[in-house]
Amino acid sequence: MPFNQKPQTFNAKINEVTIGSGEKAIKIGGENVFPLYSFDAPIENAPKVGVEITDMGFENACAGIKDYYAGCATIADMAKKASEMEGADFVALSLEGGDPNGENKSVEELVALVKEVAAAVDCPLVVEGSKNVEKDGELLTKVAEALQGKNAVVMPAKEENYKAVGAAAGLAYDQIVGCESAVDINLAKQLNVMTTKLGVKSESIIMNVGTATVGYGYEYVVSTMDRIKGAALSQDDAMLQMPIITPVSSETWGVKESVASEEDMPEWGPAEERGISMEVMTAAADLAAGSNAVILRHPQSVATISKMIKELV
Amino acid sequence: MALSGIQIFKMTPKKNCKECGSPTCMAFSMKVAQGAVDISACPYMSEEALAQLSEATAPPMKTIKVGTGDAEYTLGGETVLFRHEKTFVSRPRYAVALCSCMDAAAVDAKIAEIGKVDYDRIGERMHVEMIYVNYADNGQDAYVDIVKKAAATGKTLVLGCSDVEVAKAALEVCKDGKPVLNGANASNYEAMNEVATAAGVVLGVGGADLNEIYDTVAALEKAGNKNLVIDATGADIKTTFANAVQIRRAAIKDGDRTFGYPAIVNVAKVAMDDKYMQEALASVFTMKYGSIIVMQEMTYAEALPLFGLRQNVFTDPQKPMKVEPGIYPINGGDADSICLTTVDFALTYFVVSGELERSGVPCNLLISDAGGLSVLTAWAAGKLSSTTVADFIKEQVEGKINCRKLVIPGKVAVLKGDIEAKLPGWEVIVGPTEAVQLVKFLKDLTA
Repeated sequence: MPFNQKPQTFNAKINEVTIGSGEKAIKIGGENVFPLYSFDAPIENAPKVGVEITDMGFENACAGIKDYYAGCATIADMAKKASEMEGADFVALSLEGGDPNGENKSVEELVALVKEVAAAVDCPLVVEGSKNVEKDGELLTKVAEALQGKNAVVMPAKEENYKAVGAAAGLAYDQIVGCESAVDINLAKQLNVMTTKLGVKSESIIMNVGTATVGYGYEYVVSTMDRIKGAALSQDDAMLQMPIITPVSSETWGVKESVASEEDMPEWGPAEERGISMEVMTAAADLAAGSNAVILRHPQSVATISKMIKELV
Repeated sequence: MALSGIQIFKMTPKKNCKECGSPTCMAFSMKVAQGAVDISACPYMSEEALAQLSEATAPPMKTIKVGTGDAEYTLGGETVLFRHEKTFVSRPRYAVALCSCMDAAAVDAKIAEIGKVDYDRIGERMHVEMIYVNYADNGQDAYVDIVKKAAATGKTLVLGCSDVEVAKAALEVCKDGKPVLNGANASNYEAMNEVATAAGVVLGVGGADLNEIYDTVAALEKAGNKNLVIDATGADIKTTFANAVQIRRAAIKDGDRTFGYPAIVNVAKVAMDDKYMQEALASVFTMKYGSIIVMQEMTYAEALPLFGLRQNVFTDPQKPMKVEPGIYPINGGDADSICLTTVDFALTYFVVSGELERSGVPCNLLISDAGGLSVLTAWAAGKLSSTTVADFIKEQVEGKINCRKLVIPGKVAVLKGDIEAKLPGWEVIVGPTEAVQLVKFLKDLTA
């Protein structure tokens, strides 16, 4: 008696969201099966991989990242180089230098940079804010305006500033709003509900439901994503059907395992190898849990994860 | 099929004798149906009813034990597909692959490399638990030699060998360590079954596709062997993932007990010599349903993220991860270094200690027992209070540390006055509300 195969497909599906415009536009979501379960039903839009650059450059990054961008004079040059990386589907520009507790770059300076980057690349663009909710309220509004016609992702819209960011990106300038909540299914849903109540179409929302490096409370990420995909598919919860985007590298390159030098931890071996492994394994786990897009930095991680997605989907 | 309480009730003696510990037979039946009580608690069940019930109430996935002594591991026994539904119970075990095609020097080097990774993380020993010894059809002697070397490490072995005679010879030198013999398939399972049963070891079953594996497992069960694991490794990555998920899902969601066994996933085989791909896949199969995951190498680069992931995913969602209360010196902190305190919730500890390390400032992190809760939750629950902090410091810290400066989490700034009142001689300093601000805070403080 052969094995009685019971494919698990759902009547509901994850929203399909198009990011970018023109030939290189990408689509994420649209599947009616659990993450990567392409044996249950075809997954038309495979998860996508983004390459992250930052307004701060990569002076303190490991050799593999620095070498890749060698010869780039400007951030716009780096963006172009990032878009050409093997396995890259989109470029993510982090504006971390805008943080008032850090470099505190002005909104004008950062918006000018966003414009330069947008002009330099023809692939879809994700712009990540300064991680300061007040600054982002102003900064991301201007970013959304500057990117008119690009259909870019502007994130994060958080509970504290979703009105400003959501209205500008989602309503006034027709971008995609990236809603960020803190590893909890209810918070994720609440933010989606509030953002759609502003008038933002749910097809213009993607979500970052929280992220962590493996080993650092990652069980919350797993269970939050498991539950969100479960509710979206099996209960047809329209307020949880937005595709998930997960910034990986900004977390993984900051933990002790990636940062500690080989002099301090001789038995651990070269720091760069550890950093790549943290990034690769966290990204792979994110995809298995339900991310529709991951944001990475190291060329080796981008190549590996994009190859893995091609093998699986 | 699971039975309802009513169906079970019909088989009980219905005399309400209370000997099972329940007030009535009906109450007992309901508990059995929920899995709360074992049917054998009733002394009056007929043999026939017992047989029928134990089949119906058996767990969906068998628990299989491999190895001996300290190296004995429990695989399987899962009851849910997602950890939030209850909890996962048996963490996957990682094996590093050796092959009879490797020369002696390469084997020795690999065995030495495997031994290097061995460390503690939140009270759990992290090391490579298993060695997978693959037979490359190049003669029995070469294989047995490598099996001997691998067995000498004391790690639990998985013999990847489908040649019956070679398997028999290899088991002669390692069967006391209760290895897994991974080599049964549609064409050799009868002979392999005899070899595995005679040696008293778990048998691994593979096949060309899920149907073939299914039929082979069914045939082995019919022959009386339920001490099995399934080799879910397919021809490529996609098939392997599809197999691993469908085997587990059939057992747990669809109640198909033929697939109710732990799975071996050999990522070394489907991504040979691609170290980074093996890392990515090991991560995926840790999340989704591998019980033994075979890789080509495990250095610290692989181990640090992978063991961290496993520790996270296989925690019980109802029990927070805790670190041991105590004094944790950081950056060479000594008796005269500044003290900082926070709760014993593992995540808090990791984030805080990581930031303290980044600061480069020698200090002592004092962890008191706060029930494994985060700062604000512990404070709200009364597990972090001026009394708990003061008592902990009086009992465990004052005798060992000379410094009398204590930084408390910014989120419980309200405790400052009370702690100072209860701890004469101490200067209490309110720290930042977020760990990420600690580096700047400490540098400013000690500047």
